[in-house]
Amino acid sequence: MLSTHNVSFSFDSAGGTSLKFPDIACQTGEHWLLLGQSGSGKTTLLHLLAGLRTPQSGEIKVNDTVLNQLSGAKLDQFRGREIGVIFQQSHFLRALTVGENLALARQLVGLPADSNKIKALLEQLNIGHKLNALPSELSVGEQQRVAIARALVNDPTVILADEPTSALDDKNTEQVVALLKAQAKAANATLLVVTHDNRLKNIFDQQIEL
Amino acid sequence: MNLLRLSWKNLTFKPLSTLLSIVLFALGVGLVALLFLLQKQVEDNFEKNLAGIDLVIGAKGSPLQLILSSMYHLDAPTGNISIAEIKPFLNPKHPLIETSIPLSLGDSYRTFRIVGTTPSILDFYGVSLASGKAWAQNFEVVIGNTVAQKLGLTLGSTFSSSHGFLEDDNLGHEHTAFKVVGILAGSGTVLDQLILTTNQSYWLTHEHDAASEEAAPEEDNADHADHDHEDHADHDHDHASPSVTVPSLLEEPGEKEITALLVKFKGRNFQALNMQRSINENTDLQAATPAIEINRLYSLMDTGEKALRILAFVIIFVSGLSIFISLFASLKERQYELALLRVMGGTRVTLFTLIILEGLLLALLGCVFGLLLSHGGMQLFAGALEKAYGYTFSGWTFLPQEWYLVGGSLLLGLVAAVLPAIKASRTDISETLLKG
Repeated sequence: MLSTHNVSFSFDSAGGTSLKFPDIACQTGEHWLLLGQSGSGKTTLLHLLAGLRTPQSGEIKVNDTVLNQLSGAKLDQFRGREIGVIFQQSHFLRALTVGENLALARQLVGLPADSNKIKALLEQLNIGHKLNALPSELSVGEQQRVAIARALVNDPTVILADEPTSALDDKNTEQVVALLKAQAKAANATLLVVTHDNRLKNIFDQQIEL
Repeated sequence: MNLLRLSWKNLTFKPLSTLLSIVLFALGVGLVALLFLLQKQVEDNFEKNLAGIDLVIGAKGSPLQLILSSMYHLDAPTGNISIAEIKPFLNPKHPLIETSIPLSLGDSYRTFRIVGTTPSILDFYGVSLASGKAWAQNFEVVIGNTVAQKLGLTLGSTFSSSHGFLEDDNLGHEHTAFKVVGILAGSGTVLDQLILTTNQSYWLTHEHDAASEEAAPEEDNADHADHDHEDHADHDHDHASPSVTVPSLLEEPGEKEITALLVKFKGRNFQALNMQRSINENTDLQAATPAIEINRLYSLMDTGEKALRILAFVIIFVSGLSIFISLFASLKERQYELALLRVMGGTRVTLFTLIILEGLLLALLGCVFGLLLSHGGMQLFAGALEKAYGYTFSGWTFLPQEWYLVGGSLLLGLVAAVLPAIKASRTDISETLLKG
């Protein structure tokens, strides 16, 4: 479950011009699309939802935890454990292989590396053969899949995706969205995709416009 | 995938920059450790050979030179002194002197110095015979352990000496025939490197030279060699014939000369200390105290050593700086990675620890390679040093100071990494991800 209430945010700490966001209420297992034009604050909202930024006012709830009341290490651990984030551009730890990147994501929140789970996850995303590849050896499409795998590897209850398809062609876009939805469904996680990509409009039933 | 492994992977991912930091660090640490090793071994060698000698008496000249030539067999002797001049000090009834050992120096055999002296020198240095017996007759020699090994001499071997300390055929005392009658046990003292014989052998050798030069001035060089060989047997015979006990120097004519006298006092009292001053002021002799001269030598070496040490510490400082710079520069390159670690559940402490570990790893590796470098280098030098100074050096002695070096290195790695680590822990995740 993911919900917000009266959330506003200001880039300037003095509290000048602030962005106000509509309230969101996504139930567990629902798949939502958050549409908005460039500059409408989509990514800012996603960062707020992921606990990467603190709102000026309002409340963000993930499951039963008020995110903006957590701080420091607790917030980091909560994010790592409960929220899977997929960014517009995939970034990895360059020095680690695909498998090691996923294992690290688990170990950072105190879970065992569980190589069988990692292998199985990569197999489901059709990139099982890339387990020991370095991120730099992957194509853009493969990188996107590994990013999805990393977001899913801790069985999060909320999956946030920021423009996951902006760099992909139609065919890959369909595949990636299908993958995201299938994986979210399998994990019974709440999925929120933030995009300005109109190709996705027809795929998601529940939508919010900024 | 713990943080230590992650920091290791990060370092090996950029091998060149890592290598540069490690090599710089290793150079600095290696140089410091090498200086420690050298200083320690030089001092050990000097101290081992002090052998409780209180005073060295020789010809006027540099006191340091007198000590170096007669105790350490490094420099050329200052000159000769006559028996007449030193007779009082040879007297076993001298009230202040416990023992005195006369030395005749100046000849060598294949760079190993031949020392004319009395067998009591063995007690002085606490060295025993490994085989054979002590020298009792002229032209009998007892050789040091190293001499036996390096030259392959055994009991019964014979050789001719040459004048001076260089290996030079033209300076040969062609008529002499020393015979090995004993080999010393290895002791780590200067005796390992010496060939010991009687003082009188020196006189016989040099008188012989003078005689043959007079006898054969018009001979050309070509048949000189032949002449020598023919002569040899005769002279051997000559030397062998006066096979009586060699008399004490006290019974020798006063005009005969030796090079120096090593003196051990009965006690280090005021009178004994005064003796040195009175010799220097009232006679044509020179008396020098080994401990004082060696300290003077240390202080001379110290200046050079200080300069080298400063250089080494500058290198270490620069290598610390290089760790700092490479870590700091890498932060910009991997700001996204650092933000990602936070997104994945890593805390500020995680990032701080990661960077600190990288600094510590670099320093530790640099230090380990530096120590290997210094010991390997020392071992490599050891041969050359042994050749030049006749003392044993080894790369495989380890000093407690090396632990300080390890500790100091880790501290430097820590200090170099602190600022980058703080910066890393303060990475604004959201800002960074927006830039990405």
